Amino acid sequence: MRTSPWIPAFYVGPAVLIMAAACLYPVLSAFQLGFFDWSMGTPWSDARWVGLDSFVSAFSNPRVWSSLWTTLLFAAVCVSAEMVLGVALALALEKPVRGTAFFRTLFILPMMIAPIAVGLAWRYLFDAQFGLVNAVLGLFGIAARGWLADPTLAFAAIVIADIWQWTPFVFIMMVAALANVDGAVIEASRIDGAKWWQMTFLVKLPMVMHVIAITLMMRLIDAFRVLEVIYVLTFGGPGDSTEILALHIYKTAFVGQQLGAAAAISVLLLLVVALLSWGALRLSNPLKNDR
Amino acid sequence: MKRSPLIVALHYAMLIALALLCIAPIAVIFTTSLRQQVHIFAEPLNFIFTPTLENYRAVLEEDKFSSYLMNSLFVGIVSTAVTLVLGCMAAYGLARFRFPGRNTVAYATLLLRTVPLAVLAIPVFMIWNQWHLVNSLWGLVLLYVAVNLPFTIWLLYGFVLQVPIELEEAAAIDGCGPIQVFVKVLLPLMAPGLAAASIFTFRIAWNEFILALVLTDRHTRTLPVAASLFITDMGVDWGKVMAMGSLIAIPPLIFTFVAARQIITGLTAGAVKG
Repeated sequence: MRTSPWIPAFYVGPAVLIMAAACLYPVLSAFQLGFFDWSMGTPWSDARWVGLDSFVSAFSNPRVWSSLWTTLLFAAVCVSAEMVLGVALALALEKPVRGTAFFRTLFILPMMIAPIAVGLAWRYLFDAQFGLVNAVLGLFGIAARGWLADPTLAFAAIVIADIWQWTPFVFIMMVAALANVDGAVIEASRIDGAKWWQMTFLVKLPMVMHVIAITLMMRLIDAFRVLEVIYVLTFGGPGDSTEILALHIYKTAFVGQQLGAAAAISVLLLLVVALLSWGALRLSNPLKNDR
Repeated sequence: MKRSPLIVALHYAMLIALALLCIAPIAVIFTTSLRQQVHIFAEPLNFIFTPTLENYRAVLEEDKFSSYLMNSLFVGIVSTAVTLVLGCMAAYGLARFRFPGRNTVAYATLLLRTVPLAVLAIPVFMIWNQWHLVNSLWGLVLLYVAVNLPFTIWLLYGFVLQVPIELEEAAAIDGCGPIQVFVKVLLPLMAPGLAAASIFTFRIAWNEFILALVLTDRHTRTLPVAASLFITDMGVDWGKVMAMGSLIAIPPLIFTFVAARQIITGLTAGAVKG
């Protein structure tokens, strides 16, 4: 179709304008804001140019690095556990039985619930005195512990909550991918006498590798965006043992009221996420089915 | 291939165990909301108790509850409607036309999807101050539209590609203008994609917490922000918190049961077929 350039502009323009105004422009402003000392509640005209000071103090702040480390550890542990569990479950439950659709509906519930409610539910479950987790462990004779008061256990708690919420996503993605595998290939390898493990690791998984890669990247990027569940569950504590970078940024900006400093730290998080996203784009190449 | 009854039984056992794991924390929200405060603290494993609607009554009687509910509904519905219209148009434009800057737009859109909302909250707080959008529901709507557009465009792009272009050409030959082709031919064929996109957008706008927390005051607060206020330094009023949590969870739960097929298609669209 030969058309005037105004026609695509008409279709794409409004969406681009809104994304530019309410997403791209703010993100670029975060870079600019990093050069200013600005406190909440004061007019922007009172903001003071401080040059690279905020960036220097952000990057020399041990708490920033420890929260970056917590973020990386959180993402690595959660995402690898979710991938392994999700893929394994999808392989085990690949063949539909009666009622499969109903079960799949139940499996997507965790990711549909408000993160704030998820955080509250887990905070209640992990409560030292009356939480269900300790009560259930008690049935097996395991002594109650202060889940959210111990740094290691609190970290375990935020990991468990994330695994609960997002393993179903990996599972659903993998079930859909496996269902799309050409049955003739499976049949052919069965006739050729492939064993169960050969079928799984040499035939099925390689054929869904691109979906595994995309799912992995989506989970990784989202693991760096997590904030709300941890905000409610531990608020970064005890100490700063569960303080991920996004939460540290939030606290610096809206508890410490140092927006310029927080913007400088944001640049660090944006860099990490941009690197990952670049990898994700390379892997998923969303426009490749162009005509 | 016929499977032995033992394998099928194992299969069901695993499905049921997983379903229980998925449901348990959600069930805890609902059952706790029906307990009296004394029972919440005393006996976590006692599943037999006399349910009470006392917590719901307390939450609903908070003088501001109905205004929080209206705020959440307004933000959820308006941003979903705007996102759908703009997302649909953009997906169509990207899928059907070659124009300069097309790839830039497509990739920049995907990159925006990855920005952490905590990062966005800080500059937005500054800019919304200048634009007089702080403490306004429209400020929140604008943001939710912007953060939802990337995923919506990506999702709908795949659905547009599945519609044969010949159908559009046929309609054009029959005398339809471009807008008519879009509305009469394309939209009906994209209905499942539109359903998925609207559920995902509504879910974000309804559930979102951090931007709403930063950008609203006591008049424009949404339900998740209101729920978080039950957590105080004095402790947590669990009964009320869980009643509020249940009320927030209900709309997404209804959507999930009504449209599970569209949600799963939406989650896997693109990735699986790509």
